[in-house]
Order: sequence, then structure tokens, then C-alpha cells
Amino acid sequence: MALLEVRDLTVSFETEDGVVQAVDGVSYSVERGQALGVVGESGSGKSVSSLTVMGLTRFDGNARISGQVLFDGQDLLTASDDELRRLRGNDIAMIFQDPLSSLHPFYKVGHQLVEAVRAHRNISKAQALDRAVEMLALVGIPDPRRAVDSYPHEFSGGMRQRAMIAMGLINDPKLLIADEPTTALDVTVQAQILDLLQRLQRELDTAIVMITHDLGVVAEVADQIAVMYAGRIVEQGPRDEIFAAPRHPYTWGLLGSIPRLDQPRGEALVPIPGSPPSLIQRPSGCAFHPRCHYVQEQHKRVVPALEQIGENGAHRVACLLAEGQRSALWAALGAGASPEAARVAAGVSSEGAPVAIEGKEAG
Amino acid sequence: MPLYILGRIAWMAVVLVVITFITFIIFTQLPSADPVLLRAGRNASPELVEALRNQLGLDRGFWGQYWTFFQNTFFHFDLGHSYQNNVDVKEQIFDRLPATVALAFGAMVVWLAAGIPIGILAALKRGRWPDKLAMGAALVAISAPVYWLGLVSLYLFSKDIGVVEIFQGSGSYPTTGTILTDPVGVSSALLLPWLVLAASFAAIYARFLRGNLSEVMGEDYIRTARAKGLGERRVVFRHGVRSAITPIVTILGLDLGILLGGAILTESVFNIPGIGRLAFDSIQKSDLPTVQGTVLLGAFFIIALNLVVDIVYAFLDPRVRY
Repeated sequence: MALLEVRDLTVSFETEDGVVQAVDGVSYSVERGQALGVVGESGSGKSVSSLTVMGLTRFDGNARISGQVLFDGQDLLTASDDELRRLRGNDIAMIFQDPLSSLHPFYKVGHQLVEAVRAHRNISKAQALDRAVEMLALVGIPDPRRAVDSYPHEFSGGMRQRAMIAMGLINDPKLLIADEPTTALDVTVQAQILDLLQRLQRELDTAIVMITHDLGVVAEVADQIAVMYAGRIVEQGPRDEIFAAPRHPYTWGLLGSIPRLDQPRGEALVPIPGSPPSLIQRPSGCAFHPRCHYVQEQHKRVVPALEQIGENGAHRVACLLAEGQRSALWAALGAGASPEAARVAAGVSSEGAPVAIEGKEAG
Repeated sequence: MPLYILGRIAWMAVVLVVITFITFIIFTQLPSADPVLLRAGRNASPELVEALRNQLGLDRGFWGQYWTFFQNTFFHFDLGHSYQNNVDVKEQIFDRLPATVALAFGAMVVWLAAGIPIGILAALKRGRWPDKLAMGAALVAISAPVYWLGLVSLYLFSKDIGVVEIFQGSGSYPTTGTILTDPVGVSSALLLPWLVLAASFAAIYARFLRGNLSEVMGEDYIRTARAKGLGERRVVFRHGVRSAITPIVTILGLDLGILLGGAILTESVFNIPGIGRLAFDSIQKSDLPTVQGTVLLGAFFIIALNLVVDIVYAFLDPRVRY
């Protein structure tokens, strides 16, 4: 049995402008000790789905949630507030994007770690403080005995995120959800934090859900990858397959937006045209169609289902193009062709709206 | 920090000198009754008037008068004697101070005890009926002028003319004793003034806290506190209210400073022999030494409490350093 199994999760928020369909029928699972990377642009529903797993969207009075979130076999969506509270920070921990605003400015780092321990363990403050010191040492904070007496604003950004990680892991959770843990940090510090997370995952055997907009981040850490767009998963599968044989045009777009050292310097990065869709008025048919280079007329009406491809069935994609067309397109793109050239080479018709023009308009 | 405090105290002395000088200018340059004539009474002989003028030091000219006052006040801590009845101003102020202190601190307790819980409740129930009820009541309390509220409450509740006599002894401040020597008598006399004076402050503090706390509850560190698995009560009070209430120290210091200098309207309506009444009466009687004394006291309280606020704030918010 998987450690975390999310089935057909739907989360919507009632707002003044209308109903925001933040997560729309998402299913994924995380095995014990494994890492899942959830990738997507802001507004793709990747954070909301994880906050819902933690029960944190319950505090937003306007959230409507359905589906199942099975953690160790227990459905967290039907669990009581108190049951969820006992899981939070204990079996499932979460760290956030901005470690400065995520730590309380008035309390010492040690106090905030002690609080996390004592919320779940009936031990003395002194014992909890020893545990805090131990964890700060584990995440590589120098002189942890003194560090517990510091306030968050006295730490550097990387130190703060290390302290957040220490706080998340202090009760030996089975699952750590990391929501853009490196986005607010300097590039050099980002690499250190990712290394740290990877090392801790191996040492402590913690499962990780890594939420990010950056495929480069999950390339290092994740075993499995789920790509989200407009509240749905559009492609998921083992990391190596996603990088070797991606099948969704959106995933191609994400890959095209990462600088690569193995490509000639002159190669321009290919941005995805347009901007993320509205979650109140989502596009008809395939939600990605207004930004897709390979759109067909039919794609504007038919909603694609997430379908298995390949033999073992682990790789799934929600795209209306035929598998033959997708592999031909990726072969051409992988060889360095422009989207237009790839479309011609793969024999995909241009009967849909000319994307290049839409992209220019939106850009 | 000690250097900072020393600097602030030096600055406080400068401000006090400037304030007394401004008061002096206003008093001497603007038209007012001649204190000598007021003191001498009807049909006083010119000789008596001249003698009095000399005795009060009013024949010394603008700079001479101010210099005398300056020396006495800042070098000898002597505020002089009243033009009106020759009473030592310092003595009179210390006589009147207990009533004002009792009024101000009692009202502060009331408005904090009412404003803080109401503000927290309104923030947590934002948009629902407890919030709407509390904020509606707060609007009424802010809009009602304190003298009107005082008169209405006297009419309804006071000992002699009250329709419903709820507050025993209200509206009749005991002629002897202070809150320390006669706690029952003074606090029953002050109960109504406390409530009336506290009403608008309670409303302002409740609205302030509601706004702050609603904002704080959306902060990332509140989400972190919940993600740690803390109970909601601890999240709200230790993490939310702790942040939201800290800025209240600033306005509390200022409000208290202003009130300790005399709550003129409340003291007048309820006939409380405090600093505010003393200032009011002495202005009417052109009694410069008493006016200077009350102004000096008021300014002193405001500046001193501001300093206290700054020091307290550094302890409450570790990010603040001087």
C-alpha cells in the first residue's frame, strides 16, 4: 500500500469573482521513502492540493473539497480536525517557500522547534531543546547550541530554510511536503538545500512531495514526477521517462524553458507562449489548447483523459494528439527543431488557431 | 540602549522648555484678563494693584518674566504660586493628580478588558454576526462624544437624578481621600466615568486589534504554526494575538500619556477634581503659573510614556534595536 494515495481530489474556492476550481480531479500516490515531484506554473493547483493533504485548506472557510486522501490507509478528508492536527507536524510535515515569513519573527528559533516537538511528544522543554539542537546540527547549522537562541531575522536565508527543514523533520515524519523550498533562495544556496533534502531523505527514509515550478529541481530529487496544469495532472510517470520521453506539449514547454549545459550556448530558451489560464473560466476542451503549438480543432471541445502509454503503464499523459504524433514531435524537438518545424516534420496539421500569433498577443 | 535612553531624556528636557515658552507666549501675547485685576478684586486702589503686580512679578517685562519662571521651574523645580489664591502650584497639582491617575488607569483597565477580547472575537468571526454586532457597537461608541455620553449616563444612572440608580455614589466624588485611602468610595464614584471614558477607547482598540489580527492570521507563520500541529487556541493566541497586539503598546502609551495630563471633558462632566479641571479653571482665571504647571505635567506624561513605549517595544519585538 502506498504511503499517500490521493484519489480524484477536487478543491474549489468560492470567491467574489466566482468559483475558483483550483484542483480538479487529481490522483497520485507516493510510496514510502520515495520522492514525488509535482511541477507546474503558479496557479496550477500544485500547492493547494498539498495544503489540502495537510488539512490546511480547512481553515479557509470557502474551500469545498471532495475525493479521497489516503495516508497509511486513513482518509484525511473525513478525519476530524483533531486527528488531522495530530498528524500534522508528526507524520506529515510541510516546509514552505519563504522561510523568513514562515517563521514567527518574535520567537527564538529554538523555541519554535521546541514547540513543534512538544505539540506531539510529552517531554520536558530541556529534552525538546536537546532534540532541537540535534536537528539543527543534522541540517548543517553551525554552532547549533547558540543557534537555538537566535531569532529568525538573525539567520541568512539558507540558514532559515535549514531551520524550517529541521522543524519539519524533528518528529521523524513519514512524509515531508516541500512547497517550493528553494524558490526564495540564491542559486548556490538552492543547490545546498536540495542536496540536504536528498541526503535527509536517504538517511531518515522520509517520503517527499516536492512542489516546484522548476523541472531542474525535481530532476535531482524526484523518483516520480507529476506535471500539473490548470488544476489537473497532464503527465505523470517515473522521472527518467519524463525526461527521456516526455509526451505532453506543456512538459516540452517546461523542458524548453530550462537552460541546459549540454546544449550549445547559442540555443535560445523557448518560453511557453501566453500565460496560465483562469481557474474561474477555464478554457474549453484541453485546458492547454490556447497555448499549444499543435492544437487541432477537436482539442478545443474534447477534454483529454489521463491515459497510460508504453508497456509498463507507469507513464500517463492527458493529450489528444496520437501517440505516434507525440513521439515524432518530441524526436524533432529533441533534435533541436523549433515547434513549427517539429509540427511540419511530424505531419501534424495546423488546422487549430495559429498559436504563434496568439502567443505574440499574449506576450 | 542606555545611550539611547539618555539621549531621549535630554531631548525631553528640550521639548519641555520649548513647550513652556510657547505656553508663555500664548498667555502673554493673546488678549486675556489682567490677572492682577482679577486677583485685586473690585474697587482696588491703584497702589494695591501696583503692589500686587510687583508681588506677582508681572512688572518685569516679557523676557524677565520668562527667565524668572525658567529658573524657578528648571533649576529649583518650583512651579511658583497661583495668581488666584497664592497656593503652591506644585502642591496643588500633586493634590489633584490622584483623581486623574485613578480615572485614567481605571478607564484603561476597562477599555483593555473590553476592547481586546471583542477585537479578537471580531477578527476570528470576521464577516459573521459577532463581528458585525461588535463593529456596529464600536461605531456607535466612537461616534458618541464623551460629554454627551457622560451627561446621558448621569441622567440615567447617577445617585441623585438617576432614573435607574445602578452605580452607587456615581456623580459625587468624595471630598476627601484618594483611591488608596478610600477605595470603595472613590471607585464607586469613578465607575460611571470609567465606563464613559473607556467606551470610545475600547471601540478604537477593538477595531485596531480586529484589523491587525485578521491580517496576521493570513501570515505564512500562522500556516507554519498549524502545519506543526499546534492546537488552534495556541495558534491564535501564542502566534496570532502575540503579533497583532504588540502595536497596541504604542497607542496605549500615547493615550495614557494624554489622559494623565487631564481628561478635561470627563472630569468636567463628572465633577472630578483632577488635573483636567484644574487646567480648565486656571485658564478661565488667567492663572499663568497653574496653567504652566498643568501644561508641563501633560507634556511630561506624553513624552515620558513615549519613551516607556519605545523601551517596552524593544523587549516585545526582537527585531527592534536601538
